[in-house]
Parts: sequence; structure tokens; C-alpha cells
Amino acid sequence: MANSETIALIGVNHKTAPLELRERLAFHEGYEPPLASLSGLEELKEYYLLSTCNRVEMVFVCTDTAKARSALLTALFAPGISEDELAPHLYQYAGKEAVEHLFRVAASLDSMVVGEAQILGQLKTAYRAAAQAKGTRLILNRLLHKAFSVAKRVRTETRIGASAVSISYAAVELGRKIFGDLTGKKALLIGAGEMAELAAEHLLTHGVSSVTVANRTLERAVALARRFHGQAVGLAEVPEQLGQVDVIISSTGAPDLILRKEEVRGVMRGRRNRPLFFIDIAVPRDLDPAINELDNVYLYDIDDLQGVVDLNKADREREAVKAERIIAEEVLKFERWLENLETTPTIRQLQAQVEAMVRLETAKTANRLNLHSEADQAALDRMAQALANRLLANPLCYLKADTRRIGLQERIHLVRSVFALDEIAETRPEESPVASGAGPERGKA
Amino acid sequence: MTSFSFLLFLASLALYMLAAAAYLVFFFKEQTEVRQKARQLFMTAFTVQALGFAARYCTGGYTPIATVHETLSFFAWGLGCCYLTLCWRFSVKNLGVFVSLLVLLLMLGAALASRDLILPSPTLQSVWLPIHASLSLLAYSFLALAGIGGLMYLLQERTIKRKQFGLLYSRLPSLEALDKLNHHSLSVGFALLTLGMITGSLWAKQAHGAYWSWNPTETWALASWLLYAGLFHQRFTVGWRGRRAAWFSLVALALAIFTFWGVAVLFAGYHGQF
Repeated sequence: MANSETIALIGVNHKTAPLELRERLAFHEGYEPPLASLSGLEELKEYYLLSTCNRVEMVFVCTDTAKARSALLTALFAPGISEDELAPHLYQYAGKEAVEHLFRVAASLDSMVVGEAQILGQLKTAYRAAAQAKGTRLILNRLLHKAFSVAKRVRTETRIGASAVSISYAAVELGRKIFGDLTGKKALLIGAGEMAELAAEHLLTHGVSSVTVANRTLERAVALARRFHGQAVGLAEVPEQLGQVDVIISSTGAPDLILRKEEVRGVMRGRRNRPLFFIDIAVPRDLDPAINELDNVYLYDIDDLQGVVDLNKADREREAVKAERIIAEEVLKFERWLENLETTPTIRQLQAQVEAMVRLETAKTANRLNLHSEADQAALDRMAQALANRLLANPLCYLKADTRRIGLQERIHLVRSVFALDEIAETRPEESPVASGAGPERGKA
Repeated sequence: MTSFSFLLFLASLALYMLAAAAYLVFFFKEQTEVRQKARQLFMTAFTVQALGFAARYCTGGYTPIATVHETLSFFAWGLGCCYLTLCWRFSVKNLGVFVSLLVLLLMLGAALASRDLILPSPTLQSVWLPIHASLSLLAYSFLALAGIGGLMYLLQERTIKRKQFGLLYSRLPSLEALDKLNHHSLSVGFALLTLGMITGSLWAKQAHGAYWSWNPTETWALASWLLYAGLFHQRFTVGWRGRRAAWFSLVALALAIFTFWGVAVLFAGYHGQF
């Protein structure tokens, strides 16, 4: 039955899976290929994928979660990674818990760095891709839009993002301790990953004068460099570039080290020992850890930057409690909306609403008509009831019809919005005659 | 009158102590009002000490930069002077704590040394003596400041290299600021040291008839001057900086201080008579 559809979420994040596995799961070629491979799956009614450097998550609407899950995992990761290999690292949520998890992710409560703002942008990009691929429909559209507004609410009502913490923030903070002032310093991006891009943007707003981009494929480098009004170079030119730049952010997908200690040592004399600050956010590492041993050279990888960010952790955790409350509230609201998507409560609510309207209007007219006999009153009531029934006949028929052409939930949604049932339920729950009774009937109709 | 100048000395010692305490409180608590108080205390102590020198000059009839008590005290005052002039130019976070502690240490040393007035013997008396002594001590003050910058640099560099973001990381200034401090103080200090050497040699000519006589003080002074000259040269030509420069300035400072106070104790020389 279409009505027993549930929202399910499966995924891995920095807490459940090692970097190496996350790296293999990540969708390096963008969302289009994996979304395309899901489009044919019957088991999935709706789906959406999120891939960042700390998490890979899949949200889908289905009737049989177990079947849908294995179909999805096979389509996405087989034969490279089997379901059995993944299973110990996967978390899975369904229904209310899935909604809650998604909201927590959007509000950056589940991030490696709680409160960082990058995740929302990543979520929006992921959603846009899924929507374009027609993976999201009524439920996921609503769910993700809700997730964005939850994130916004958390951001404005709590101070969780106040210290704007993220890898980029940590990079700027450390850069200041090394260079004193970032004004006029030059940055080099090796590899054109999203994290590096964000970090570069952050550095630019803090006074860095130019960003050079080195990439394996020059096209991507040129495109990114143009965005920063910088210069694009090939990977082979990196050692040469080290003479001019001050901050280097490396994030290539290369399997081996791309810069070794000796190469860096070689440039130090040429740059008169001016400090070099390397940030390695690539997994696996791009930069030789021994680089940090050189004088006036500082190398940080993701885990090290974490230490910088930990400094103001306690503050953020206090605010996180507030954020959790907001999320709990929003999850409840979403649940109510979801429940209303079932046929029975919608029919009852619709009937009640139309009858109430008709009754109100007849009562007004009855007062003016000055009816004396009970028979007259009864006739008027009958007429009102008949009117209500006639008005309801077609919408109810439309709701109950077993047509494959338009999905049940779309139909419910259409009727609900034409009759403004959600507005009434949300704004005046106590006045809405069925709001209280609409709860536990999920999946029954 | 002696007791009056000594009273001023004691007053400045007490004020330096309070200033150092206030700077320490600021270091741990990071309250801006405390820093203002500390700076005011330090400046008051500095002024009171200057008055003390004036009083001693009036009493003794000679420039009071001769005995160990006087030179230590003048060294401390010179360090305060360097610090206060640097404060105008650029701010280095929490430099005050380190400077005030060193000043306090020097003042305590001065307080323990004999404070008798010893008039230099007529052969050594010359117009060059106070000039040589004050220039050299001011040079030491700047070089000591360079050393403090170096020490702070080494501490901060350690936290950044080892990625231990504890107490020091947030309280110490940026590496760049510390390196600049080291560089600036070294440049001024080295120039003053050179002038100190020249005036010292002129004084030797007047007192003994020879510009240079290879006695222990002169030899050690030349050694430390060469060390500083080497550091100065490396900084300007190959861009030595950071950890190496910081270590070097600390070693050179130790040698310079040994030249002045250590050699006097170990060998006999002109400075030995103090």
C-alpha cells in the first residue's frame, strides 16, 4: 500500500567510518552520475544524496526499507564496496528519527565542527542536484525546505554559529598567529576541492591578496582561478610557486604525496625564510608530514586544525542544547504535516471544515429569515448538509480514486492546499476540529 | 641625600613589583583594565627611578653608572625605556609581563648589591666614561629586549609546531610580531653596542694611552660584538629569522652579559674595580 511509505536515511559520517572509507564512498564526479543510477529503481519513491568530506548520506522514501536499502547501496557502490563491508559503519534511521537526523545535520549539530556554516550550502547544492534529477517530490521537497528553515532558525536563535567555526576559520586563526596579519599574503590552492574553495574564500575576506590555483586538470583550475581573479597553474609548477606564496591549501585526490620535505627545504633560501603555512585537507594526505620539521614552515592537517577549533567548544555545546530544542519542535511540526498526508485524516478534516463553513453561513441566514417552525429549521439544515455533501463529493472521489496517474500523496497535497487545510491546522490547532484526532492514524487508510 | 636617592630606588622597586604582579594578573585573566593599571604602575616606577638617578648624581657628583648596584639599576631602567618607546611604535601582546619580570629581577639584583658611592679614580675619569657606560647599557637593554622577543618566539613557535593550543597559544602574540620585535631591537641594540665599543676605546685611549689593549673585557666584548655582527649580517643578507635567529640572539645576549658582569668577577680588568 502506498500509504505505508516511510522516510529512511542511511549514511556514514566522521564518527562511524574511517576517512579512508568515506573517501571511497564520496561522489567525486558530482551528484549527476549517482542520481542517474538511482532513477531506475522501483523501490525508491523519492531520493536525495549528500556527500561532503565528513559524511555521505542518502535519504529516500520507500515502502520496504530493507529492500530499498540494498537496492540503493548496490546501485551506488557495487561492485567496489559491498553492503556487508559497509554495514558496520552505516547508521540507519526511519520516520521521525530520519527527519530529526537530517535537521541536525542541516543545523550543523552533527558536524565534526559543531556550528560550522558550510554544511548548509552543501545541503542546498545536494538538494538542487536531486531536485533537478527529479529524485525529490512532495515529501522530500517539503522535508529539505523544512531542513533549510530549521537551520536558519537555529542560526538566528542560538549563538551556535557565532564563532563561525570550520576548517576555514581555523586556518585563518592560525594564519594570524603565524603571519600576524593576512593582508597582502598570497594563497595557493593545490587541487580544487570544495573545502579548499571555501577556505580560500575565507582567506580572501581576511585580506589575502591573491589566490593561485594548481590542479591536475587545468580547465578546472582556470575556472576556479577566474572566480578568485587569480592565476591558474599546473601541478608541476607547484614547487616553483612555493617561492611566491605564503599559505598553501592542498586537497587533491592524489593517492601519493605530492610535495616532499626536500622540495620545500629547497625553496626556503629563495624566499629568505619567510614563513610558509601548509594546510593539508586531502584524504589521503598530499603533503609529507616531515615538512613540519623545517624551520619557518608549519604544516597542519584536518585533525590538527580540529585542535584549534576545540578551543571554544564548551560555549558552542551550551548553545547546542538550545538548538536541540528547536529541532525537536520542528520535527513535531513536520510529523504532523506528514500524518496529514494520509487519506483518512484529510477526509475527516475536509468534511469537518466544509460542514463548519456551511453551518456557519446557514446559521447567519437563519437568523435573518426569522424562521419559526422547527420544520423550517430542519429543512434549512438538510439543505446545508446536502450542499456540503455535493461540494465534497468530487474532492473525496478524487482522493479515494485508485488512479496511477497522479500519486496519492500529490492528490492529498493538492486537496489540502486548495482547501487550505494545513494553514488552519498549523495556525489554530485547537480550533481545528480534527487536528487532535489526526495523530495516530498513520498508515491505516 | 644618599638615603633619599635610595628611598626613591626602593619606591621604584616596589612599584615595579606591583606592575609585574598586575601584568601577571592580566596575563592569566586577560582583563583590559588590569593592563592599563599595570602600564600606569610601570610608567610611574620608571619615572621614580629616573628621579632616583638624578638624586644620586647630585649626591655623588658623578654619573651613577659605575658600581654593580648602579649598572644593574640603569640596565633595568634602560629596559623599561626600550619597552616604553616600543609600545609607541607597535604593540606586542603580553610583552609587558616578560619585560616587567626581567626588570624586577634586575632591580632585585641591584638591591642586593652594595650601594656605596665609589668615585672612580682620577685616571679613569673622563667625559667618555658616562657616555660609554650609558650607551653600552642601553645597547644591552635593546639586546635584552631582542632576547625576550626571541624567548617568546621560541615558546610560541613550539606551541604552533607541536599543535598544543594551551594557555600560551592565545596569550602570546603572532610569530611575525615577535620576529619583528627581535629584528627591530637587534638593529637598534647593535648600533648602540658599536657606539659603546667606540666610545669605550676612546676612553681607554684617554685613561691608558691605548685604544685597544686586549684585556679580557675587551676580548670578550669583541667576541659578543662579532656574534651580534654575524647575526645582524645573516638577518640582512640571507634572511635569517625565526627560530634560529631567536636562539642566536639569546646566546649572544648571554655572552654580552657575561662580558660585562661575569668577566669582571673572573678576571681583573677596568670593569673589575666596580
